Amino acid sequence: MSKHTLAVLVENSPGVLARVAGLFSRRAYNIDSLAVGPTENPAISRMTIVINVESHSLEQVIRQLDKLVNVIHIAELKPTESVQAELILVKISATDKNRFDVDAVLETYDAVIVDESSQTLTIEATGDAAKVSDLLNALERFGIRELAQSGLVGIERGSSSLAERTLSVESIPTAESGQADYQN
Amino acid sequence: MVMSKKMSGASSLVKSLESAGVDVMFGIPGGAILPAYDPIFDSSIRHILVRHEQGAGHAATGYAQVTGRVGVCIATSGPGATNLVTPLADAAMDSVPMVAITGQVPSNAIGTDAFQEADIRGITMPFTKHNYLITDPDQIPRAIAEAFYIASSGRPGPVLVDIAKDALQKETDFNWPKELSLPGYRPQLEPINQSILDAAALIAQSSKPVLYVGGGAIKANASKELIQLAELIGVPVVTTLMARGVFPDSHPLHFGMPGMHGTVGAVTALQKSDLLITLGARFDDRVTGKLSTFAVNAKVIHADIDPAEIGKNRFADVPVLGDLKRTIAALIPAVKAEFAKKAPDYSAWNASMNKLRATYPLGYDLPKDGSLSPQYVIERLSAITGPEAIYVAGVGQHQMWASQFVKYENPRTWLNSGGLGTMGYAVPAAMGAKVGAPDTPVWAIDGDGCFQMTNQELVTCALNNIPIKVAIINNESLGMVRQWQTLFYEGRYSNTSLESKRIPDFVKLADAMGCIGLTCDRPEDVDAIIKKANSINDQPVVVDFRVFKDAMVWPMVAAGTSNDDIMIAREMAPDWDSQEL
Repeated sequence: MSKHTLAVLVENSPGVLARVAGLFSRRAYNIDSLAVGPTENPAISRMTIVINVESHSLEQVIRQLDKLVNVIHIAELKPTESVQAELILVKISATDKNRFDVDAVLETYDAVIVDESSQTLTIEATGDAAKVSDLLNALERFGIRELAQSGLVGIERGSSSLAERTLSVESIPTAESGQADYQN
Repeated sequence: MVMSKKMSGASSLVKSLESAGVDVMFGIPGGAILPAYDPIFDSSIRHILVRHEQGAGHAATGYAQVTGRVGVCIATSGPGATNLVTPLADAAMDSVPMVAITGQVPSNAIGTDAFQEADIRGITMPFTKHNYLITDPDQIPRAIAEAFYIASSGRPGPVLVDIAKDALQKETDFNWPKELSLPGYRPQLEPINQSILDAAALIAQSSKPVLYVGGGAIKANASKELIQLAELIGVPVVTTLMARGVFPDSHPLHFGMPGMHGTVGAVTALQKSDLLITLGARFDDRVTGKLSTFAVNAKVIHADIDPAEIGKNRFADVPVLGDLKRTIAALIPAVKAEFAKKAPDYSAWNASMNKLRATYPLGYDLPKDGSLSPQYVIERLSAITGPEAIYVAGVGQHQMWASQFVKYENPRTWLNSGGLGTMGYAVPAAMGAKVGAPDTPVWAIDGDGCFQMTNQELVTCALNNIPIKVAIINNESLGMVRQWQTLFYEGRYSNTSLESKRIPDFVKLADAMGCIGLTCDRPEDVDAIIKKANSINDQPVVVDFRVFKDAMVWPMVAAGTSNDDIMIAREMAPDWDSQEL
């Protein structure tokens, strides 16, 4: 089993998340995380899907996904060729006594305090999976009371964009009369 | 400027269907779809009122399989829509172009568990090629145009358009789209030249090639090209259950059907091959048997229109993505060029396969008690009616016998539910087939179990001048399941006996439904009764053939076992030692 990150451009239409989630479920593909959000184009949403597959079936996953009419483009984001990040909001136990230690950890990981109470601190941090995991390990000793974690999002390094490469799509003429023989 | 006309969403729907070229649809009205039935009343489209929505769905499939056009069915929300679920799943498995229109509760009631509400879009997502829920009447023409394009292009399949009642009632402009924008849907029809060249080279290098032909060859209307390619290469051709008829049974290169109930020749040709030239087939488990033991020495050329099929079950050494008609047409000159460099010699391979085929032809034993043999009935039906007719089967023993013992010479003359295995497919699909080909005799070959699932559509046939013929292969049991119980459950016949050849009385039932009912239980009467049925063309005919109930389908590769373990009869394997393979 190995992890792969897919960036999937989909039409921003109702039901598209259900279609993708349903496909993964019914074909028994393991999904690690899924993040959906808008893109620079309001007609298009972007999903970042982390999947756990045998390497030989990654192609099969991509091809099945590509059969969904609302899926416009799929690209695998290789860790070395992309920037990847997830977001965590974590509530830890903290008092005046250990506050100094907490601050030291936060500084190391570029994390910030977004809320505090007399007994807790809520911390926000972003980063790739390794950084987030290291931070959580470092915070463990203070006592993690609650964790909210987003799915991974990613983008390719360099100047090219997925949308540029995929959205130069010509339209399809409809049949003048009767049913076109589209197949032949 | 194009003048658009104000009309109801319902009228826009009907105009859209007319614009898409629909000439017939099968359906039943109900509350949510009712607004659409008012303009249907005035439309040029023939609407056939069926007796159950499942019948509408399979009729649309039968129509599509025979004509190559998109079959259309229409139903109301809730139970009307859920009754289409089986035909939609069936059409998806067998790649049948079909559009289903369903009414939905008004948009402000969606999600409230309203009367006759069912989330049919959600339900059908896994087995439609695409589907829509339309709540804005302005979107109706675009959705219909897209639905027909998606259903009929690329790998064909079913598309469902669910339309909220208020969208049918509201006023809208009808604008048939001049073009469609589907950025995520771009079927690749033209094969890449390099893969054609690679495929041709691999064919020239091989010494034991086989053409493994699937239903895609029929969908692509590639029969003519296929025959040319097969004759050019000159090696065994096998046609899967979905492909029967695309290559003539009478052709000397034809080895019959592979798979669980395939011929010894076809199964073994695949198994011993060193190159599978796979054309529109998908390595279904019923063909491969235990996958890890399937054709272990063969390389694979896999030509298909659906990229997800290539490499799904079996690695493809040479994948060829594209429309099969174009692919085969491109392969012919490429193979010729390879053969011009070095003429292939397949003579040893052909000789051993021809010997095997001659040693193990399809056959059957006549019942010792003198009762009617089901295989004999089907063999005579084919011989008397001929290969120009259309044959439609249900699912089970009779289906396998109809595939084995009817002699097919033409594509689109054999309809059955191959992928989903839908009992009850035959009568409604035959109805749709007859509507699509009114001048061609259409015989449903059905089991008594299957027939009792959907026979009500004979009423539709009787009332709408759709004179199909039904041969009930009546063995008073669920024969295929019974066969498995015989072989794998020590003859413990749990719930497979239908108990009686008299209940129901199929002749009286036929009569009650406005059909001619005939019965036959003696071998010597078979020919005369078939001829009599063939002479009746103004009314549906049902013939109750009361057959021997212990007949079994052979050969057989038991589920999950290797094709090497094919049995030609109970506890009888081919004599491999006498064969040089």
